Amino acid sequence: MAYVPLADRDHEMEMHHPHTWIGKYVWSQDHKVIAIQYGSIAIFTGVVGLVLSLMFRMQLGFPDTVDFVDPNFYYQAITMHGMIMVVYFLTALFLGGFGNYLVPLMCGARDMVFPFMNMLSVWVFLLSVIILMASFFVGGGPTGAGWTLYPPQTAMEGTPGHDMGIILMLVSLAVFIVAFTMGGLNYVVTILQYRCRGLTMMRLPLSIWGIFVATVLGLFAFPALLVAAIMMLFDTLLGTSFFMPAVIEAGTALDHNGGSPILFQHLFWFFGHPEVYIVALPAFGLVSDVLSVHARKNIFGYRMMVWAIIAIGGLSFIVWAHHMYVSGMNPYFGFFFATTTLIIAVPTALKVYNWVLTLWEGDIRMNVPMYFAIGFIFTFIHGGLTGLFLGNVVIDLPLSDTYFVIAHFHMVMGVSPILVLYAAIYHWYPKMSGRMFHEGMAKVHFWLTFLGAYAIYLPMHYLGFLGVPRRYYALGTTDFIPASAQDLNATITIAALIVGISQILFFINIIWSLKYGKKADPNPWGAASLEWQTPDTPPVHGNWGDKLPTVYRWAYDYSVPGAHEDFIPQNTPESEEPTVSDEHFDPDQDKSLADV
Amino acid sequence: MSLFKNVTTKPWERKGVIGGMRPEGAFDTEAERVALSFFLIIASVVFSLFTVSYYIRMELPDWQPLSEPAQLWFNTGLLVASSILFQWARNIVARGEQRNLYTALIGAGVFAILFIVGQLVTWQSLQSAGYYMTSNPANAFYYLMTGLHAVHLLGGLWVWSKSAIRLISGAEAKDLKLSIELCALYWHFLLLVWLVLFALLSNT
Repeated sequence: MAYVPLADRDHEMEMHHPHTWIGKYVWSQDHKVIAIQYGSIAIFTGVVGLVLSLMFRMQLGFPDTVDFVDPNFYYQAITMHGMIMVVYFLTALFLGGFGNYLVPLMCGARDMVFPFMNMLSVWVFLLSVIILMASFFVGGGPTGAGWTLYPPQTAMEGTPGHDMGIILMLVSLAVFIVAFTMGGLNYVVTILQYRCRGLTMMRLPLSIWGIFVATVLGLFAFPALLVAAIMMLFDTLLGTSFFMPAVIEAGTALDHNGGSPILFQHLFWFFGHPEVYIVALPAFGLVSDVLSVHARKNIFGYRMMVWAIIAIGGLSFIVWAHHMYVSGMNPYFGFFFATTTLIIAVPTALKVYNWVLTLWEGDIRMNVPMYFAIGFIFTFIHGGLTGLFLGNVVIDLPLSDTYFVIAHFHMVMGVSPILVLYAAIYHWYPKMSGRMFHEGMAKVHFWLTFLGAYAIYLPMHYLGFLGVPRRYYALGTTDFIPASAQDLNATITIAALIVGISQILFFINIIWSLKYGKKADPNPWGAASLEWQTPDTPPVHGNWGDKLPTVYRWAYDYSVPGAHEDFIPQNTPESEEPTVSDEHFDPDQDKSLADV
Repeated sequence: MSLFKNVTTKPWERKGVIGGMRPEGAFDTEAERVALSFFLIIASVVFSLFTVSYYIRMELPDWQPLSEPAQLWFNTGLLVASSILFQWARNIVARGEQRNLYTALIGAGVFAILFIVGQLVTWQSLQSAGYYMTSNPANAFYYLMTGLHAVHLLGGLWVWSKSAIRLISGAEAKDLKLSIELCALYWHFLLLVWLVLFALLSNT
């Protein structure tokens, strides 16, 4: 039997229509509800991660002023902050949240291919978060081995959470990977198989390309973390020696012998580096769409953008050991990874040029999402450039494990993706909620976040050059660190507190606007992609009413010469293309637009 | 359309509907089959990473090779039989017939269960011979990799049991076609993984 698309199956609307409140909002199989569930859980964990960071920042800026931030808690806080932000917040919000919301809508489908598995995915994700959070409440607390969980440190007596904490962390990661795999298979197969009529892969918005390639990366990279987690669980629980070398702890030899900690590092970073792009690629995609819509111009170099996403995805699997230059590796090995690292900068830089060229001579509308999108270009260039320093072995060696590294990766994969998330939330909020947010409040939120992020991370580069090591509870007295470094640390902490607290503005805005916001137009930004063309706002179950859309063009027909409006929706047939009548047609204007 | 052709088209040039009256997927097959294919790649990555780890760990001085029990040959035979029966079941539903389907499908599952029991027996005999998990990394890898393979097979058996129950409760061959085809594919994959693992474990 040949493949029958969802749209052509019998009783398609009856497939999983919810009939009760619980079926509609709790055990929902609707991708939009699941997206909001995923997003809410991810944002909740993100807030926990943020609060933890403010606590350890207090210790760094104003040592010993907060009683409960003792060395143990400090290490637990930095560890949990890192893991939460990278895996449970960014990955889950980009792919579980935006992936779920946008994939079926932008593909013109009624839902994901496997709605039941999609529902399982979000509940298993919640389970993984509960297991992770449970580690705060067990004896010994959560693990404090650093988010990279390097053995043998994870299992040593002196490391906080070396007993239950690390076990819960590893189990939670394994459960998360199961959830991600169920969700990820859905996104990939939906994008490949359930696009509506006329929607070829090359007519997809870049958001979908970003989500698609990132999901494929996730599906192939998370197994490395799973393998590492399983073997470490065996080492911790059953006493095997996959990673644990012979260790003498306080005069007593532990029961381990001969294991290879470096093997863990390879496995961890074979996951860890693609993970950077699992977070970055959806951000690249979403920001491309936001920039294009608000600049009223087609994205510059669409094909190049797609190729760059695919190239970055492929290359991201052969750069992992640049995280391990100080592990004592063979210098030729380091040279290879430095080379691949510099090569991956090429498609990445290409994307940056294309974003800037999309803005060039565009009819830029400074709407709130555009603030965040342009802010992203700044922070991403900044974080990307410091990556070129760290990618080179000789420069990395002195900078490794200093604040320079912290500044680099927070700019490139902390601040940048978060700015895109804000851009995307503000951009799609009118479609998701049917209401407009408060613009003034959102702009204040932007400036505090954007300038605050610079106030936090720019000084950290300088601290890194001074040689201030990362992960230290207290600096003590060292010859090479001047006393004034502490003043800088205090300043950073104050900036971090301001940025942290200013995020409340965002929450007030989106919650307040749900009820009191101005009613949103179905397509307030004048966007051409499919999700803005739904018959209802917010879209109802099944998304498209009686008939699935048909796509006649790509997603970037903005400011088309001769067209009546400055955008043509993807589902507008050529024959119905609204054009200006002859007497209003100005050939000069048309020519100038064509030149653009 | 080939992938290369696909990604080199210029989407801004061509307007109008591309493709036929129906929407087209990237692959001309069921979504379930595409999803399973992706899953098989993911599972291959998992097993490959374990294999790479095995080779890296093997280089370290404390490694003492484990001599695998001869019973593994017998277990391998059970899994081969299971795979053959699944293929038989697959061929039957492909022809749209019902005859012998019951024997083939139930037999396939039973042989798979016997394989898992066989694996447990080898674990037992290794344990009683003093090859504990913690005594050497080679032992640990043996238990870990065979265990992981068995877990994958158990997952397959869960899907098999659903098809078997449907068959017993009177479902027709054509309703079970996709399910049995995918099960057969998955079984062949697990047989292949097992053969590679077996070769790896017994040659090192």
